[in-house]
Amino acid sequence: MMRVDRSFLVMGLVFALLLAAPFVLPLIGQAYLLNLLIKAMLLAIAAISLDLLIGQGGMLSLGHAAFVAIGAYAAAIGLDSGIENILVLLLIALAVSGLYALVTGALALRTSGIYFLMITLAFGQMTYFTLTSLAPYGGDDGLTLWSLATLFGSDVVQSGGHLYIVILLTLLVTWWGVHRLSNSRFGRVLRAARDNPERTEIIGFSVFRYRLTAYVIAGMIAAVAGLLTVQQAEFVSPALATWQRSGDLLVVVVLGGLGTRNGALFGAFFLVIVEEVLGSFMHEWRLLYGPLLVLMALYARGGLSHLLLPAPKVSDPAKSGAAKTGAHLVNTEQAT
Amino acid sequence: MSVLEIRGLNKHFGAVHVSRDISLSVPEGQCHALIGPNGAGKTTLIHQISGVLRPDAGEIVLAGRNITASAIWQRAQAGLGRTFQLTSILPSFSVLENVALGAQAKDGSSFRFFRPAARERTLNDTAMTTLERLNMAERAHVPAADLSHGERRLLELAIALAGAPRFLLLDEPMAGLGRVESAMLTDILADLRRSIPMLLVEHDMDAIFRLADTVSVLVNGQVVAQGTPDEVRNDPAARAAYLGDSKT
Ligand SMILES: Nc1ncnc2c1ncn2[C@@H]1O[C@H](COP(=O)(O)OP(=O)(O)OP(=O)(O)O)[C@@H](O)[C@H]1O
Ligand SMILES: [Mg+2]
Repeated sequence: MMRVDRSFLVMGLVFALLLAAPFVLPLIGQAYLLNLLIKAMLLAIAAISLDLLIGQGGMLSLGHAAFVAIGAYAAAIGLDSGIENILVLLLIALAVSGLYALVTGALALRTSGIYFLMITLAFGQMTYFTLTSLAPYGGDDGLTLWSLATLFGSDVVQSGGHLYIVILLTLLVTWWGVHRLSNSRFGRVLRAARDNPERTEIIGFSVFRYRLTAYVIAGMIAAVAGLLTVQQAEFVSPALATWQRSGDLLVVVVLGGLGTRNGALFGAFFLVIVEEVLGSFMHEWRLLYGPLLVLMALYARGGLSHLLLPAPKVSDPAKSGAAKTGAHLVNTEQAT
Repeated sequence: MSVLEIRGLNKHFGAVHVSRDISLSVPEGQCHALIGPNGAGKTTLIHQISGVLRPDAGEIVLAGRNITASAIWQRAQAGLGRTFQLTSILPSFSVLENVALGAQAKDGSSFRFFRPAARERTLNDTAMTTLERLNMAERAHVPAADLSHGERRLLELAIALAGAPRFLLLDEPMAGLGRVESAMLTDILADLRRSIPMLLVEHDMDAIFRLADTVSVLVNGQVVAQGTPDEVRNDPAARAAYLGDSKT
């Protein structure tokens, strides 16, 4: 059966547009928009990783921003102690976030549903308060970085170089990697455990181990977004780890469409654009933002991805599972 | 040598003693039926064997290996397949993917992150062969949520079979099936039991008398009679406790 996967076409189109942006926008005098796109791409990377947890794994986390912050602080502290090579900083960020995910995940995954949400929220808050107490690194105020990471001395990974392209490539690799993972054996077990954990266990899979692995992978991806955030912002602060940030990620994922290939991507761009547009003509833009979310929740079930690309009748397992995810989460919450 | 051996199993739910010193053993190539009135503790026994519940005392040995303390998934990996009294499938997966997941459990590691599972020939072939065996091949690409009740029961069995189990635990597989479907499932199980020994909980007496080599009658958590179907049919205790008040 020959069927071109539409999500690939859409991603291809988005990628092409994003690739063209740094060449086209300066020509029409809108170069400042590139910063907005970078913001959206970084948000999308973190959101894709959160969707792996929620959409594929049914693990409703409200502490995911902690991983972004950990990645950012790992890079910042590394830079502060004289490590400049971005690949070394990347390894450090991955190691620290992976270890943190392993420990907190092993504890949090003893629960599910609403209790999992509570525990991840608690770990997120712990991270936040730990960062505020890091006096040598600015405490509450955060830390401004005077030198940024380089790639073997080259500034391609900085704003003056090709940071935009580096972030775009990272987004593409993340999107593609998570897409492959969702369809792999591992992803299949993860989705099965989301739909029916008891059955999955009886078939012969340790639900805990699969979920924990997904949790670690998602945490490490979010940490990469954190590392790149440092390169962009040249600044880190505990604000990265606030639960509002985790909430934003959750909104992005749900708004975009849980467990859909492009949902997190759409959601991230939507949020950043809405923030910018609403914010440009009113200071209290969040007053409109709230009702907008309510409307989306009521009328755009399945998220933006569903509005823009209504699901075909013949269902793809990865997608058809997603439609049920919302209901499943509610069930888990009620059952546990 | 018996494939499944249960020794002195006891389980309480609070003050209720739901399993009282249950011992039974099922040798290779045999079907052991477990019958008894509602609430006798049949499902509770199946839960303990599959690991969903832990017994208070006693031992469970599968193919010579003590699995009393093993996790659910470890028992499955050791060769235990089971179906549920209330059908339990993956409704958002296609029928084929449900069964392929069963095959995947016994085909090497599933910590594989890159290759699309849906395109793995060995998994799909195993799943398809299993579905053919249950006359469900033409439903392979239907979402499992769209199956009829009877088809779901068969799918559950297919998921278990795709994992090539050493032993099957079947909790009322005929429940809710029509006469034709029941007869078909009975035929299928009759074919299977010589290659895969099974513990069968069932209310359908016709099926029991056709399939079972040994029958245990469970009443209030206790095995009150055990023997061949004919012995049990003529056992006064069994008749009084159970067979007497059924319609046959
Ligand atoms: N989790 C539980 N907690 C407390 N009591 C329970 C629990 N599960 C079952 N019981 C009780 O234990 C007894 C045995 O239940 P079980 O489900 O094993 O019976 P059964 O023989 O499978 O019945 P049926 O033929 O209706 O399926 C019943 O009295 C039931 O109410
Ligand atoms: Mg029962």
